[in-house]
Amino acid sequence: MYQFSSKLKTAAFALMIIGALGIGWGFLSAPSTVEEAKEIVAHSNDGHHGGVGSADAHADSHADEHHDASHDVHTLHQLQNRPWSAVYVGIFFFMMIALGVLAFYAIQHVAQAGWSIVLFRVMEGITAYLPIGAVILFAFLVLSSLHMNHVFAWMDPALVDPDSPTFDHLLYDKKGYLNVPFFLIRSAIYIAGWLWYRHYTKKQSLKLDAAAEGDLTHYKKTFKASAIFLVFFLVSESMMSWDWLMSIDHHWFSTLYGWYVFAGMFVCGITTIAMITIYLKSKGLLEYVNDSHIHDLAKFMFGFSVFWTYLWFSQFMLIWYADIPEEVTYYVQRFEEVKVPFLTMVAMNFAFPVLLLMNSDYKRLPWFVVMGGIVILLGHYIDVYLLITPGSVGAQWKFLSVEVIGSMLFFLGLFIFVVFTALSKSPLKVKGNPFMKESENYHY
Amino acid sequence: MSSRVIHAIYNDDDVLMSAVKEVRAANHHIEEIYTPFPVHGLDKAMGLPHTRIAITAFMYGLVGLCTAMWMMNYIMIENWPQNIGGKPSFSFFYNLPAFVPIMFEMTVFFAAHLMVITFYMRSKLWPFKEAENPDPRTTDDMFLMEIPVTGDEKEMTAFLESTGAVEIKITEKH
Repeated sequence: MYQFSSKLKTAAFALMIIGALGIGWGFLSAPSTVEEAKEIVAHSNDGHHGGVGSADAHADSHADEHHDASHDVHTLHQLQNRPWSAVYVGIFFFMMIALGVLAFYAIQHVAQAGWSIVLFRVMEGITAYLPIGAVILFAFLVLSSLHMNHVFAWMDPALVDPDSPTFDHLLYDKKGYLNVPFFLIRSAIYIAGWLWYRHYTKKQSLKLDAAAEGDLTHYKKTFKASAIFLVFFLVSESMMSWDWLMSIDHHWFSTLYGWYVFAGMFVCGITTIAMITIYLKSKGLLEYVNDSHIHDLAKFMFGFSVFWTYLWFSQFMLIWYADIPEEVTYYVQRFEEVKVPFLTMVAMNFAFPVLLLMNSDYKRLPWFVVMGGIVILLGHYIDVYLLITPGSVGAQWKFLSVEVIGSMLFFLGLFIFVVFTALSKSPLKVKGNPFMKESENYHY
Repeated sequence: MSSRVIHAIYNDDDVLMSAVKEVRAANHHIEEIYTPFPVHGLDKAMGLPHTRIAITAFMYGLVGLCTAMWMMNYIMIENWPQNIGGKPSFSFFYNLPAFVPIMFEMTVFFAAHLMVITFYMRSKLWPFKEAENPDPRTTDDMFLMEIPVTGDEKEMTAFLESTGAVEIKITEKH
């Protein structure tokens, strides 16, 4: 049985408080009028990244007053989006870790994997964040629908009103899919499906613990539920990525986007499993987890990092090669405005894991796996940041800013608190699983 | 030193594994073991050093990557930088995404093929190579342990019999 150490609890609360202050500061310093926005842009112009400068040059070249005014409103919206978008990155990133672990958990059941049974409680602990993370995410979507922010620009009714001066014909054609009620209903369905599976399997897992020796009813129920869930998950995950991420750049579309988001969440989930397992093992609580289990997790981290890169590159290269204007703007914007994080992220998520986790011996060293894991998680945080921010904040992005770091820390603290509270609620070793012995004796 | 060897034949891989441990504990040198299929953990029981073929594969992969990069940089950028469909052939990095599929395939090609050739050379395998099998049954259902004779032959035979060998032969090493 794991006891939530008071030190870790204090650390989690400290993270949440610091993070909340950072987020609060971000909202307070966001401009509310065009004049304030102009001042902020003028301020950050001296010696900051090139994006702002080029955006200004663009504005200067159009002396036309009307255009200038609409440009200013645009900048104001981007600056107002900054704290919202920063919070959304944090919300989505930690939610996606829990969701990735849930998918991994379901796969372990359906594949009848023999090695991972000893890690089931760690996985169940991590997915305990999903109910909270997904509900916060849904609340964010509701707030966006109520026009509290402009993160999802397509939610602006003026864009689909043929009489409005800002009428957007392309968006009008997508109205059947991208409209607020349908969007919220869809989101609620995905979240409900995931939460049902998470709730159901956790219950079955505890029942299996208490079941008589050789009673496999609950094991079989979990197996069936996992198979059904995986079908639902693949559809809902793909649609979720269109709704929650791709619609931020609502003129752009890509077919392998859902897989790309999935690969990112999967590798983050596995990395988190590995890191929490190593942490608990270092406390002496998982003595039946040996370095072969760590090795397997590290292999998954390696393999899915490469898989993520494969999808990233496939999406990028196809669009770069064909160079069709309506698609390529997505990458033109990222290369012009956020080049440094964009390329750093690829190096962190590909080159680093490939070189460090290739050696079989290194994959058995906990500190090596933890180091690799930190880089992978940070790299994917930047990845999520780059999925959301260029579409909502554009050239006004600022990665190392109070609200981005604050949001990261706040949700990290919340994640740690929820996950370790859940871990302390049930024994760290499941009982009654027919593969338990194989898992305990697992050696690679 | 005599060139005589003992061939101890076993008919079960579990018996063979425990025999290997006993023989090593008794400080006899095992010259070779012939098995019809890979016996998991046999290399560890025999105390064989780790293979380094993965390291060679990694280096071959790097060679392939460098070859691909050098080749395409020379052909597409330096030698004749044509405008083909508007691709930016001004520098290697401008046109890098188009080269990546080839860089990847060449890395895999070099790593795989050179590693296989290394394996053939190191294990001395080639067409028309004369088989070195001391007993044809070892490709079917028998396991054979070859131990050079040192000291008393009778004592060694008795010892090997106690480890579960079903048949023991003493022959000249060829």
